[in-house]
Amino acid sequence: MKNTGTTPMANVSRRNFLKSSGGVALFIGAGGLLPNLISCNDSKSLQANLKKHDLTAWVRLSEDGELIIYNPAAEMGQGSMTSLPLVFAEEMDADWNKVKVEFSPQETDIYGSPGFQPGTKLMFTVGSRTTNSYYSVMRRAGAQARYVLMYSAAQHWQVPLEKLSTGPHEVIHEASGQRIAFGELAPYLTMPESLPDFETDGLKDPKDFRLIGTEIPRTEIPAKVDGSALFAIDLRLPDMVYGVLERGKLHGAKPTLINEADILALEGVLKVVPYDYAIGVVATTLEAALSAKKALNITWSDAPPKGFNSQEIYTTYEQLASASKQGKTVNAIGDIQAAQRQAAKTYTADFKNDYVYHAQMEPLNAVIQVAKDGQHADIWVGSQQGFDTKLGIPDLLGIPPEAVTVHLQYLGGGFGRRSMSDFVLECGVLAQAMAPKPVKLVWTREDDVTYGTFRPLTLQRLQASVDAQGKLTGFSHCVVGDGGHLVASGARNDHYNIPNQWVEWQEASHGVRLKHWRAVGHGPNKFAIEAMLDDVAVGQGTDPIELRRQLMADSPRALATLEKVAEISDWSTPSPEGRAKGVAFVEHGSLGTGVCEISVDRTTGQINVHRWWIALDAGVVVQPDNVKAQMEGGILMGMSSVLKEQITLVDGAVQQSNYHDYQLLRMQDVPDSIETVILPSVEHPEGVGETATPMVAGAIANAFLKLTGKHLRHLPFTPERVLEVLNS
Amino acid sequence: MAQYTLNINNQDHEVDVAEGTSLLWVLREHLGLTGTKYGCGIAQCGSCTIHLDGAPVRACVLQVDHVANGQKMKTIEGLSESGNHPLQQAWIETQAPQCGYCQSGQLMQAAALLEQNPSPSRGEIKSYMNGILCRCGTYMRIIEAIELASETTTQNA
Repeated sequence: MKNTGTTPMANVSRRNFLKSSGGVALFIGAGGLLPNLISCNDSKSLQANLKKHDLTAWVRLSEDGELIIYNPAAEMGQGSMTSLPLVFAEEMDADWNKVKVEFSPQETDIYGSPGFQPGTKLMFTVGSRTTNSYYSVMRRAGAQARYVLMYSAAQHWQVPLEKLSTGPHEVIHEASGQRIAFGELAPYLTMPESLPDFETDGLKDPKDFRLIGTEIPRTEIPAKVDGSALFAIDLRLPDMVYGVLERGKLHGAKPTLINEADILALEGVLKVVPYDYAIGVVATTLEAALSAKKALNITWSDAPPKGFNSQEIYTTYEQLASASKQGKTVNAIGDIQAAQRQAAKTYTADFKNDYVYHAQMEPLNAVIQVAKDGQHADIWVGSQQGFDTKLGIPDLLGIPPEAVTVHLQYLGGGFGRRSMSDFVLECGVLAQAMAPKPVKLVWTREDDVTYGTFRPLTLQRLQASVDAQGKLTGFSHCVVGDGGHLVASGARNDHYNIPNQWVEWQEASHGVRLKHWRAVGHGPNKFAIEAMLDDVAVGQGTDPIELRRQLMADSPRALATLEKVAEISDWSTPSPEGRAKGVAFVEHGSLGTGVCEISVDRTTGQINVHRWWIALDAGVVVQPDNVKAQMEGGILMGMSSVLKEQITLVDGAVQQSNYHDYQLLRMQDVPDSIETVILPSVEHPEGVGETATPMVAGAIANAFLKLTGKHLRHLPFTPERVLEVLNS
Repeated sequence: MAQYTLNINNQDHEVDVAEGTSLLWVLREHLGLTGTKYGCGIAQCGSCTIHLDGAPVRACVLQVDHVANGQKMKTIEGLSESGNHPLQQAWIETQAPQCGYCQSGQLMQAAALLEQNPSPSRGEIKSYMNGILCRCGTYMRIIEAIELASETTTQNA
């Protein structure tokens, strides 16, 4: 939201919203998609229906023609604030210049998209699922809004609806030449008895799209260049107080506070609030709260990570990979053992990756106000939402979900970290203690790193089996690590035709806090798979693109990305002296193949990445330039993690604390160019936020192999590790 | 607690805060100039970059006591009258921001660069901007935007 001091819609109950609305609201859909349209003009029927149904309110029309379209997804830089309303506007036939966008209320029954289970609904901005899961929802809701306008015009003109059409922001009766702008229809809005659901037909033919696929600037960018875009950490409310927590060096360690009286005597300190794993302090100012945090004298209990040393665990993981006891099956195709027995040549390698941290630029924070009687709460937060869009606060306070209002704010980065609500619950505890004063909880960067939730460390053992004819017949992949899907995602090969495949997960557990991190297991797994394929290519004397070309023969969309990237990167022309190119393919919803060109400073071990080329098939692309931005950002975040980032734990404690010792990619490290070609498609849109990041490690390692003949198999590829490999 | 007078965006502001308070908290929490962001608190990320007498500085490591002696400060809110500084326009033209959180710092650092060096080379841009982190990976477009603003302003000069 822009910091204009206006009240966000979520602040008002739906009924009050309707009363206070100057224009006309089109309420569309019971249960999200089915029609149940009510006009503001008919308040009795409206209120009756509001009581009866879960109503969906997607759009507000003013008499001057302005539309407000509600975005149900979090905006964390991926562009949902534009892409979803744009899809709606396309089907509504709206004039995009007359559209304003606001966040929808956080009410899943109304604004959810199909969840992970059939028949469920979800508001959860994760897994690159936003455009993919909302595309049909927004199209149908937009088409229903258009239908209402046409129905109203038909009534107004007394002509059959079938004789009407729409142009941008107007309804047209061709036969009489009459036209009426959407805004002018507001006084005449009439609600039909029922609405088409537009499930199978009645939507635009994609070739008639006016908005989807064109270069539409993102709606929220102007507010992000003048400082007015509001993040939760920017909230300032009357009587607001500030909370901070001191957490242990070991995840889950229990505190005993030694000097509570001293802390309470400090200037500005209002309250000390104990948690199982932390001590909270509330003060009148942020600086007073932070001073008190520093003054806390706490003794800590032991906790499960005690004794865990992250860089030593690989030895244990190697043993687990060799264990006779089979792990959990992730994927099984054909007969891997037969392929391994019959192999003429076998390639085996272990790949490793250290823990990495989200490092979203806005440290975790929330603002919560609990009513004096404890029966209502308001939350201002940057959240990727969740299965519970009220983020656990109703349970914490023992009040019903409808008594909690979530005011979603822009996210200063998500990357998976804001898909859990630990920080929201922490703030809820403080807000309950301080009710009715609003409390702003701020994690320092040190809190954010040392009590972080990390992408798991893994070891992966891959074995490729090649038969006497030189054909890749078997591919086995054992993932060792903590976190289930967090380590196993992306280990399947659905676009490589390898007849015998086996993926297993060997579980380990260390009490370290783990979380989805952009692309999740795809980062480490695609690295291992793509690097293994180049081992095979080199061993068999086959070009890496040619090997993949053969493997993708039955997957034409994947193959097209390979062919396109080979073309734009001029793959067949050798790189200049001292440079080499490497390739990697990734499926993460969308399909992408990337090529990079690198050089290596053999005295420092520094890898320089000069250029990137990507070819992508994402189905229908709503905002092409934004997809390119996601490719660029995904590549740079990938380069950051692959070349620099590393969390280590010694005796269970995180060794890094801030950006001085957790290095991110900086501007001096960027390549000269990142070129993306989007392949045309009319297929359903697929997510793009996590397709580029997992390309990076494999492509760089493969370029390094071509350049030096050596293998990089342990992420990150720090200069020290590169030197070690070069000197091996 | 002590009284300080701060000159920010050509306006004097009186604040009553504890001695030694970080300028960043004064700007954000006491004065409501929240365009300047908190990212690390140790001058490593640059999200809190403002101008102090024309030079880019990290507000998080400046104490209020040291900037209350008539120094002139400029924050993102004062970069232009209506969000139309050539850099802001170029940022929109190139669709540079993603999450947007670091962008105030990026813009203030870039503005200081162009004031010193209206036509920086790509190498000079990378070097001058190196202290400002972006996690979303918008660096490519930031470089493009600075080059665009540089072209626009030098052509108009």
